[in-house]
Amino acid sequence: MGSEAPLLEVRDLTIALPAGRGGWTRIVEGVSFSIGAGEILGLVGESGSGKSMTALALMGLIDAPGARITGSARYRGQELIGLDRRRMRALRGAEIAMIFQDPMTAMTPVHTIGWQIDEQIRAHRRLSRAGARARTVQLLSEMGVPDPERAAGRYPHQLSGGLRQRAMIAMALSCDPSLLIADEPTTALDVTVQAQILDLLRRLRRDHGSAVLLITHDMGVVAETCDRTMVLYAGTVAERGPTAALFARPAHPYTAGLLDSIPPLRGARPARLPQIAGAPPNPAERPDGCPFQPRCAFGHDACGVRPALVACGAPGDGQAVACVLPSEGRPLPARLA
Amino acid sequence: MTGAAEAPLLEARDLSKHYRVGRQVLRAVDGVSLAVRAGETLGLVGESGCGKSTLGRCLLRLAEPSGGTVAFEGTDITRMSERALRRMRPRMQMVFQDSYAALNPRRRIGDLVAEPLRVHPGPDGRRGRDGIAARLAELVRLVGLPETALQRYPHEFSGGQRQRINIARALALSPALVVADEPVSALDVSIQAQIVNLFMDLQARLGLTYVFIAHDLSVVRQIATRVAVMYLGAVVELGGADAVLHAPAHPYTAALISAVPEPVVGAASRRTLLTGDVPSPIAPPPGCRFHTRCPVVQARCRTEPPVLRDVGGGQQAACHFPLG
Repeated sequence: MGSEAPLLEVRDLTIALPAGRGGWTRIVEGVSFSIGAGEILGLVGESGSGKSMTALALMGLIDAPGARITGSARYRGQELIGLDRRRMRALRGAEIAMIFQDPMTAMTPVHTIGWQIDEQIRAHRRLSRAGARARTVQLLSEMGVPDPERAAGRYPHQLSGGLRQRAMIAMALSCDPSLLIADEPTTALDVTVQAQILDLLRRLRRDHGSAVLLITHDMGVVAETCDRTMVLYAGTVAERGPTAALFARPAHPYTAGLLDSIPPLRGARPARLPQIAGAPPNPAERPDGCPFQPRCAFGHDACGVRPALVACGAPGDGQAVACVLPSEGRPLPARLA
Repeated sequence: MTGAAEAPLLEARDLSKHYRVGRQVLRAVDGVSLAVRAGETLGLVGESGCGKSTLGRCLLRLAEPSGGTVAFEGTDITRMSERALRRMRPRMQMVFQDSYAALNPRRRIGDLVAEPLRVHPGPDGRRGRDGIAARLAELVRLVGLPETALQRYPHEFSGGQRQRINIARALALSPALVVADEPVSALDVSIQAQIVNLFMDLQARLGLTYVFIAHDLSVVRQIATRVAVMYLGAVVELGGADAVLHAPAHPYTAALISAVPEPVVGAASRRTLLTGDVPSPIAPPPGCRFHTRCPVVQARCRTEPPVLRDVGGGQQAACHFPLG
């Protein structure tokens, strides 16, 4: 992104929940990243890795009682962490919008989708009812909803899953946000519909210049959609970098293990799938050192200390890994020729 | 491939399952014929609502078919009495997607896995307490869990471990056939591989036959010998897993494969995007069910329904203009 200041810069984000007896359980620990204008960043991780919590914290949507959020998240220079409700509300929807896995969490069943999108537009812009509706219909049409005028008059339950997702994206985009946070937006969809929605997200960046933070567990979705990728494991950043570099030369044994464990769609069929042993640790029982060590084939004494994120890969391309292997002079072999 | 003379373990003929929805009829499964050979894995793939889960349940008569027959080891189970069916049950078992919903949260794993052993007598009559304990120990080892797991409750396990428990329970009575409905789709990627490997190891050790229902084509390719692709209640393509997934004959299969996001940067560029959603199974399109979304549709497809027919290479496709 050159010398330009990033659109969003997150530094050392930590989210802790009270664990009783004055203790805390850290769900997200020291996560730092940035997103440039018009960039698509993939946030990958398994359930419990902290990826959704990270997104919710940015949106000021963590409502767990007693949650303690520390660190910084600056959007165009403005601090989001601890921002008062009124100013957050003005930003939410207008500047930063979010879409969810289940469109029904973002929509009410008692109003037509047109009514809901109109309302969102009018909350942030001075527009007449007719003016808002015209924009709603235009947005639905841009999202590939067939017969958008009729669709605007329908209730969420009357639409298919794919159309509901499109309607939710239309609502999220209604005020031309500069940043769209998409939390598993295609996980509940069939692959043929997922392909359409991913195509839509890529078009968004091209036509609206929106930056996208795409949260997913699917490495395939990341490979085809994201410019850069960040892999979370047990609430910490395991690795991040340009998507192409990360897939060709994963530096963290967890990233490499994830990629290897996906059965290939083409080429030779392995007799056995390479698997990662065990399961991610419970947030309350994460080891002091590297959180991946108990499952790692390369675990050794040095892993008893939590590894810092260090640059790796080609100089200047921004790949970084929280693993001691590269600095010990024995990086993982490249995956792809 | 053994000789064609050998009878399949499971054979469905013109099987259908219709549900009444108000005054309309939803054809969840609509005239499916397929055979599963002993020792093989038939992958059943398709998008949500295509009828693959309903078909899976009909194959075991967990759902009552509306028409057609299912023969298991040569015996028609669709017209069998409940009693006779109950005697067949140990031979055919099911594993479900939701590993937690399938286990009573208030009972210990030992109880849950022992239940089928208590309900069904073994080959040498009813099992005693020691017989059950020995079998339980054997089963948890088989699925890669420690024996201490038997004393614990379902919530103490991760999703992958719970699926191992469900598999142990399904195997308790040494079935010949296991129908697994999306058994790995709720699991995290790093756990999925463990369970897929487990299914394959168990098949090799115990000579099991699987019907493996999944929407994930990569997983199906890994585990399946043959694949049946379903669309709106019907099988549109059937054949060897490699043949179907590498040289699909039906345009729907081709589109489905091309829509899979591969973990390879740049793979999306060779995609053929399907437009629209799957039509409602209450009012499927006339002619070929896929014609409303087919990229190579012709006039004939709009009126004349294609039947599943041989297209060479051991593949069958329900298409007037199969891909070459």
